[in-house]
Amino acid sequence: MKTFNKSKLQSVALRCAAYIAGLLTVGVLLCLVVYILIKGVPHLSLDLFSLKYTSENVSLFPALINTVTMTFFSLLIAVPLGIFSAIYLVEYARRGNKLVSVVRITAETLSGIPSIVYGLFGFLLFVTTLGFGYSLLAGALTLAIMILPVIMRTTEEALISVPDSYREGSFGLGAGKLRTIFKIVLPSAMPGILAGVVLSVGRIVGETAALIYTAGSVAQIPDNLMGSGRTLSIHLYALWTEGLNTEQSYATAVVLLFIVIGLNALSAFVAKRLGKGKV
Amino acid sequence: MKKAKLKEQCMHVVFLLSACISILAVALICIFIFINGIPAMTEIGVFKFLSGTHWRPSNDVYGIFPMILGSLYVTAGAIMIGVPIGTLTAVFMARFCPKNLHKILKPAIDLLAGIPSVVYGFFGLMVIVPFIRDYLGGSGTSMLAASVILGIMILPTIVNVSEAAIRAVPESYYEGSLALGATHERSVFFTVVPAAKSGIMAGVILGVGRAIGETMAVVMVAGNQAVIPSGILKGLRTLTTNIVLEMGYAADLHRGALIATAAILFVFILIINLTFSLIKRRSKS
Repeated sequence: MKTFNKSKLQSVALRCAAYIAGLLTVGVLLCLVVYILIKGVPHLSLDLFSLKYTSENVSLFPALINTVTMTFFSLLIAVPLGIFSAIYLVEYARRGNKLVSVVRITAETLSGIPSIVYGLFGFLLFVTTLGFGYSLLAGALTLAIMILPVIMRTTEEALISVPDSYREGSFGLGAGKLRTIFKIVLPSAMPGILAGVVLSVGRIVGETAALIYTAGSVAQIPDNLMGSGRTLSIHLYALWTEGLNTEQSYATAVVLLFIVIGLNALSAFVAKRLGKGKV
Repeated sequence: MKKAKLKEQCMHVVFLLSACISILAVALICIFIFINGIPAMTEIGVFKFLSGTHWRPSNDVYGIFPMILGSLYVTAGAIMIGVPIGTLTAVFMARFCPKNLHKILKPAIDLLAGIPSVVYGFFGLMVIVPFIRDYLGGSGTSMLAASVILGIMILPTIVNVSEAAIRAVPESYYEGSLALGATHERSVFFTVVPAAKSGIMAGVILGVGRAIGETMAVVMVAGNQAVIPSGILKGLRTLTTNIVLEMGYAADLHRGALIATAAILFVFILIINLTFSLIKRRSKS
C-alpha cells in the first residue's frame, strides 16, 4: 500500500514539475512583453518619428529607415545565393557527392558562429581590407553571410518536400531541367522559402553585435550605401551606452518588439498556407 | 536547341558556384580571424595570453584568463537555469499539454526565440539588475544577472530541439511502459525522455553555443570588470563582451589581442559545433 502511495506521489510531482516549467517559460515571455509594452507605449510620440536625429530629440526614425535599407540589401545578396546553393544541393548534386557534405558542414558552422565574430570579420574584411569604411554596405555584406545558412537550410527543406512526381511530370511534358526548376519546383516551394526569408529578416532586425563595427552607429540616414548608419537595435544599444534617454529606450524596445511580433505572425501565416498547399 | 543547352550548363555552373559561397565564407572567416589574431598572440606569448590573469591594455598587459572563466561561468549558469526549465517545458509541450494550448505555446516559444538580444539586455538591465541589487545585494550587474538572461535566451533553442526529439520517440515505447502498469507520468519521464536523451543533449549543446556567443545581452547586465569573477553577485567580463567593449578604440597590439580573443572564442565554438554534429550523427544511427 505504501509503495503505491509513493509512486502516486512521484507521478504527481513529475506532472507538477512539467506544468510549472511550462508556466515559467510562458510567464517569462509574458513578463517581458507586457513590461516593455507598459513602460514603452506611453513614450511613443510623434517626435520620435521625426526625420532628423538631434541630441534634444533622439528620433528613432533614421534608425528605422536604416533597418529597412539594411534588411533589403542583405536579402538582395543572400536570398539569390542561398536559393541557388540549395537548388544545387537538392536538384543537381548526386547522392554521396563529397562537395555536398562539405557545403552542409560549412553551412552548419556558419550558423553556429557568434555574431560578434561576424562583426569582427566584417570589420577586418569589408571595413579595413576592402576599404569600405563604416558603411551600410559593409553591414549588409556581413549580415548576408550571417543569414545565408538560414536561407539555404529552409530552401533546401522546401525543395525536398516538393514531390518528385511534379518534376517527372514536367520532364515528361518535354521541359528542360532549368524550366522545371524555375516554373514547377520553385513555385511549389515558395511558401517554405518565404518562411525562411521572414526568419532571416527577424535576425537582421535584431542584430547588433555584427553591425556595430561594420555599419557603425551614426544616427542619421546616410546619403548612399557607403555611409554609416545605425539600425534600430544599434540605436537601443547606443542609447544604453550614452546612459541618458531611458524613456526613448523603452519606446525603441517597443518598436523592435512590434516588428518582431509582426514578423513572427507573418511567418506563421506563411507556414499555415504551406500546410494547406500540401494537402 | 543548342542555345538552351548552353543556358542549362551556364546555370549549372552558377548553382555550383553559389553552393561554394558558404565554403568560401568559412574559409575567409578563419583566415581573417586567425591571420590577424595569431601574430598578436605569439607576440604576447600564447601561454601568457591564455593564462594571464590581468587585462590592462594601457600597460600592454593582455591576459584573457578572466574572460575565459567569465564565459564559462555565465554559460554554466545559463545551463543550470535554462536546461531544467527548457527540457521540462519540452516534456510538457510534447506529452502533457492539450492540443489547443499547444497552438498558443508554440508561437510563444518562437517569439521568445525572435526577440532581439538587445531587448533581452535592456529588460535585464531594467528588471533583473535592480531586483538583484535590492534583494540580494551588490551592484546588480553581475554573473547572476547575466546567467538569468542567458538562461531565458537559450530556452527556445532547448525547448524546440528537445520537443522534436521527444516527439520522435516511437509511440510503442510509451505504450509498452503503460502496459507494464506504469502511470502516464512515469512512462513519459522514465521511458520516453531517456530514449530522447541524445536529441535533448543536442539541444543543450546548441544552447551552450548560443550562450557562449551571446554579446549584447551580456554586455548590458554583466558589469564588465576584467577580473576573475569572485562571486555570483560580482561583475565579470566574457570573451564576447571584451571584444565589443574595446574594439571601438583599440589599436596595434591591443586590437590584435582583441582579434586573438575572437580566435579563442571561435575555437570554443568550433569544438561545440563538432560535438553537436557528433551527437546528432550518433542519434541518427
